[in-house]
Amino acid sequence: MMYLKAFIVGGLICLLAQMILDNTKLSPGHVLSGFTVAGGLLGGLGLYDRLISFAGAGATVPISSFGNALVKGALQEVNQHGMLGILTGMFQMTSAGITAAIVFAFLTAVTFNPKS
Amino acid sequence: MAKKRLGMQTVQLEQPPVIIGAGSAAGPMEAEGPLGLDFDQTYPDLTIGQQSFEKAERQMMIDACNLALKKANLTQKPPQIDYFLAGDLLNQIITSSFSGLQLAVPFLGLYGACSTFCEGISIGSMLIDGGFADKVLCAASSHNAAAERQYRYPTEYGSQRRPYAQWTVTGAGALVLASSGQGPRVTHVTTGKVVDMGIKDPFDQGAAMAPAAVDTIVTHLKDTGRKVDYYDLIVTGDLARFGHEMAIRMAGQQNVVLDERYKDCGMLVFDPERQDVHSGGSGCGCSAIVTAGHLLKQMAQGKVKKLLLVATGALLSPTTFQQGDNIPAIAHAVALEA
Amino acid sequence: MKIKQGTSQQSQQALYKQMVTKAEPKPPRLRNAIAAFLTGGLVCLTGEGITDFWEATMGITHKQAGDPTVATLVFLGALLTGLGFFDKMARFAGAGLAVPVTGFANAMTASALEFKREGLVFGIGGRMFQLAGAVIVYGVTTAFFVGLLASLLKMFR
Repeated sequence: MMYLKAFIVGGLICLLAQMILDNTKLSPGHVLSGFTVAGGLLGGLGLYDRLISFAGAGATVPISSFGNALVKGALQEVNQHGMLGILTGMFQMTSAGITAAIVFAFLTAVTFNPKS
Repeated sequence: MAKKRLGMQTVQLEQPPVIIGAGSAAGPMEAEGPLGLDFDQTYPDLTIGQQSFEKAERQMMIDACNLALKKANLTQKPPQIDYFLAGDLLNQIITSSFSGLQLAVPFLGLYGACSTFCEGISIGSMLIDGGFADKVLCAASSHNAAAERQYRYPTEYGSQRRPYAQWTVTGAGALVLASSGQGPRVTHVTTGKVVDMGIKDPFDQGAAMAPAAVDTIVTHLKDTGRKVDYYDLIVTGDLARFGHEMAIRMAGQQNVVLDERYKDCGMLVFDPERQDVHSGGSGCGCSAIVTAGHLLKQMAQGKVKKLLLVATGALLSPTTFQQGDNIPAIAHAVALEA
Repeated sequence: MKIKQGTSQQSQQALYKQMVTKAEPKPPRLRNAIAAFLTGGLVCLTGEGITDFWEATMGITHKQAGDPTVATLVFLGALLTGLGFFDKMARFAGAGLAVPVTGFANAMTASALEFKREGLVFGIGGRMFQLAGAVIVYGVTTAFFVGLLASLLKMFR
């Protein structure tokens, strides 16, 4: 059941992005940044976590979850260590994604060559 | 008014220079296109055995130049050329400068974006007709991967292209112009003004360049007193399908009817059914290889006697459109007669 | 729509832009929408499967398995980019591949890969974040202000 929900919710988020790309002159960079910000705002309101509970990977895999994770990491640290937590907590939950991206991008770049 | 000027923007050459040699070198997609067999040299991939796309583009330009020089029987090293006029799309026109280094002849670098090929023919013709040179080598090139990584996105980036976007041609074309000899002659040169009709989308170059093409064509006809039917063929450099349509419309509004004798190199070089190029080809190399490879052969075979070649360029940079500027364009025309 | 000569440059430009917008070929919106929905859904579904896999293999909770899942998808995105398949797939899938974290991986890998000719420092190192940087900048900045607002609200509750 979770698989179906993940498929549908994930598909809908991508569909929304595609519609924005096809009907405006915005670039992918604009749309992805916008979705990240949206994920962060929804995360601040506590709504994104509900989406994750409902749709699992359908909510965690899109880039919007990155915005949510940044907010949640910051808030978690704020709860435990006060205001300073905004600075210290942000990358707690996103560390895996960013680290993996840097390392794998580097290894791929060193191994392969650009074609066309 | 200066002795050889006609009207606002045209020069009538008193002793029309002759095109005594032409060379064209093209990449794999172009080789598979409708004009593939017309190109003197083609390559199986985009790197041509070089370390980078930029170095590959250099190799292409040198090859095209050498092919043109050979056909013109100028085989000494360094070649007996008075000027090498060349340009390309890369920052600081490195392809042309480094080619100039190899050729070891007096070099003048040009930048007109995709209008560079006609810019070269224009200036080269005037240098010869003015008595400043006997032989001029003109060249222009572009490379799809090198241009994409500079102007738009890295080649492996997964983005969808708009249907009106164009595909930068990988190719280099070169011509040898001479004060005497056998071959088609350059009779008139119409130099374009920079035109801006408000287009901001860097992927919509056809629409940005069409007004410049029409401006130059209409001015050329007015300056020379000719009508569209004087020419067997009017060819723009790289407006591609969408720009071609817009040009016909805009010309029509000025009562100039561009009929089936009006074609575009960007549409000729690729087959839209088989090749995923959206609107068509673009780049300096587009007008260069289609002219040097295909159109001049058509003239040699007597199929085309009077040709008006109008290369068009979109004068943007990644900086300007990111700063919100419009995309101005320019078009240069040269009239060739067999 | 006639563009009259002699009228102001601005009105000529406005008319031309109108002409262009009307005549511009539009992308195949329905096909793109369906492709994005199906591909995006498939990637997320695969993500759910990968999460279950890590949960079972490493004996961690479903939530904890989120991190290795992201890392796996990033790895796949980077690999497909290096092999030259990602851009071909993305031509069809559009947002379906760009919006999931695979798109983030592709943006970073494609930039690093493209500029490797400029060396390890200026090329791979310097250019890696060229396309993906905006996401990180705006994500972090948003989180900063949201965090600030949330903690201020907490203080005054």
